[in-house]
Amino acid sequence: MTTDQSSTADLLETLVARFPGLETSAYRGQTRVVVGEPASFEVLSFLAAAGFDLLVDVTCVDYLEYRGATRRYGLVYLLASTATPRRLTVRVFVDDPEPAVRSVVGVWRSADWLEREVWDMFGIRFVGHPDLRRLMMPEQFTAHPLRKDYPLQGRGERHNFPVLTREDG
Amino acid sequence: MALELPENVVVSRLDELANWCRKNSLWPMPFATACCGIELMATGAAKHDLARFGAEVFRFSPRQCDLMIVAGRVAMKMLPVLQRIWLQMHEPKWCISMGACASTGGVFDTYAVVQGIDRFIPVDMYVPGCPPRPEQLIQAIIDLQDKIQREGTITGREFETRERQLRKRALVEAVGPLSLDAARNPVIQRELRFPRS
Repeated sequence: MTTDQSSTADLLETLVARFPGLETSAYRGQTRVVVGEPASFEVLSFLAAAGFDLLVDVTCVDYLEYRGATRRYGLVYLLASTATPRRLTVRVFVDDPEPAVRSVVGVWRSADWLEREVWDMFGIRFVGHPDLRRLMMPEQFTAHPLRKDYPLQGRGERHNFPVLTREDG
Repeated sequence: MALELPENVVVSRLDELANWCRKNSLWPMPFATACCGIELMATGAAKHDLARFGAEVFRFSPRQCDLMIVAGRVAMKMLPVLQRIWLQMHEPKWCISMGACASTGGVFDTYAVVQGIDRFIPVDMYVPGCPPRPEQLIQAIIDLQDKIQREGTITGREFETRERQLRKRALVEAVGPLSLDAARNPVIQRELRFPRS
């Protein structure tokens, strides 16, 4: 991946000037910005206006019992610019109980299903999402199975179906 | 009483005839979800040639099938679909659970995978293997043919499992707890007094 380092550095300067207190870091040419939850929507909207027109992925990491972690859920927004070869990772940390963050469906349409998947798997509520239903698990499912405190073999959801016998047809 | 039969005439029961027709024209419904499905295709293809056993007509409409072959793991979200397809198939119908995943969940003991389809739909034959070789699937189909020939009826009485169970239970209740004691069991006593010739 080739990244336009100089323009990314310029952008980061503008970003930090606009939102003081942002943490930024770079590792092997990949730039990362850590945003506090209240400002996440403003930062992401600012970045969209600054040329990041493609939201590649929204995903999440559960840092329960992770060494040295202080916050529980780390949302990851992978942004890209289709006009210039730039990429940026935005991290937003949220915590129990009721982890919630403002939805960015209004900014990038691709966030729709990505946020639904994160809601399904991690139970992070995206405030303002137009249709926050489960994406992968069936509607009857109550838990969020990619959370680290969810048992691997489930909580019995897979046995809640009706049993068909020969008499049922 | 001797009955004169012309040459080339065979006397049989209608059930036998129906079973013979049914077992030699099984139309499989391939419910193939994983690598077992590849072996299922190989079974139907030229080398193993399921047509030798009259079961080569794979149909993708459950309305036209009478043998469901569940090949591969079934995810929780897939199970209502599997049940609906099973209900859509016409009687008489049979089910083969092919491979470790369909039969037990296999290595996928996770929150999202059904641990054996026989928890939710009736199954006639289980094929072990991960995935099973085509020969094993053919063996299962041959065994199923034997089963159809052995216990099939033209009215489908063999599928009335609940009714049969009730009849059996009623018989046990009628005979009562004495059933094992030959000296005090009225049924056995009657048999002893009037032995069937």
